[in-house]
Amino acid sequence: MHAPAWQDQVFEALRRARVRQVGYVPDAGHSRLIERAHAEPEMQAVVLTTEEEGVALAAGAWLGGQRAVLLMQSSGVGNCINMLSLPVNCRMPFLTLVTMRGEWGEFNPWQVPMGGAAEAALRLAGVHVHRAETPAEVADMVAAAAVLAFDSRVPVAVLLAQRLIGAKVFVE
Amino acid sequence: MSGTLDRRAVVAALLRDPGDLLVVTGLGSTTYDAGAAGDRAENFYLWGAMGAAAMMGLGLALARPERRVLVLTGDGEMLMGLGALASIGALRPANLAIAVMDNGRYGETGSQRSHTDLGTDLAAVAAACGWAATAVIGDMAGVEALRPRLRREALFAVVRISAAEVPRALPPRDGALLQHRFRASLGIAET
Repeated sequence: MHAPAWQDQVFEALRRARVRQVGYVPDAGHSRLIERAHAEPEMQAVVLTTEEEGVALAAGAWLGGQRAVLLMQSSGVGNCINMLSLPVNCRMPFLTLVTMRGEWGEFNPWQVPMGGAAEAALRLAGVHVHRAETPAEVADMVAAAAVLAFDSRVPVAVLLAQRLIGAKVFVE
Repeated sequence: MSGTLDRRAVVAALLRDPGDLLVVTGLGSTTYDAGAAGDRAENFYLWGAMGAAAMMGLGLALARPERRVLVLTGDGEMLMGLGALASIGALRPANLAIAVMDNGRYGETGSQRSHTDLGTDLAAVAAACGWAATAVIGDMAGVEALRPRLRREALFAVVRISAAEVPRALPPRDGALLQHRFRASLGIAET
């Protein structure tokens, strides 16, 4: 599968923001980023068993002077909620890129509840939320989110709309 | 599973002459134990975010490969973040060690029995997740021998401590203060 250009641009935005640790729970929408992170000598990609591990990983990275990002799907947002008290309470940066499910053309009803609640849940937990709908805006949005997170030291999520990523096709 | 060792004596022994050891403690009694052993900027105490300690240790160890990182936590806190043993086992950083103070109890909430008292063997779990070195310690001679190993090896250790309650010893709990002084101790410039 050929990756769309915006996915490489997002990787470049993270690289330019000096992100060194990339925690992820695999998602098809992040597959290009994950591949690039593994191939980048200046980055350490960390596969997680569950998304909240990535919140703690990012906090540890920050304690040691490195910047981290968490890549996850909207279903993973729910797993992170209590762990988000860590960056919020400690005034640490936190940056996550969230591929959305349960919205544009969703085939699987099990994805709909958490997909629909992810944005509000993040806000309720104290996370600033940006949402990208079109390829042209994604890389700038990730770059701006990284500045907000790492310079203003707040938790920030960039939601990548399902329309942007493309609905998962189960039935041809 | 609980043992006979006094947790304060164990943690005081493990943290004696800490040098430049970086320490992350888990929510609950290990935070108090480390505070009682001597508060220092290189200790980061979790007072919440239960299950975070091991993964914080991983992020820190990856960021600072030239330094030793010790995660000191309890059996309940480790159980809540059990997947971290697999995530760390997948990378096996050489500079990270974990020591679990195992009393087989949730001591903060009324001493309910934990899974380690009901059959879970944390050292076996860690080994099954790819940790090359694991240890189970039941006496103070073992604790003394463990101290240098925790500062040298990628080791997962379980120390069987008594479930007896000890007096509270409360280290700082302001998360912003803890992260700022920790980073300052590493010479990280705040721009």
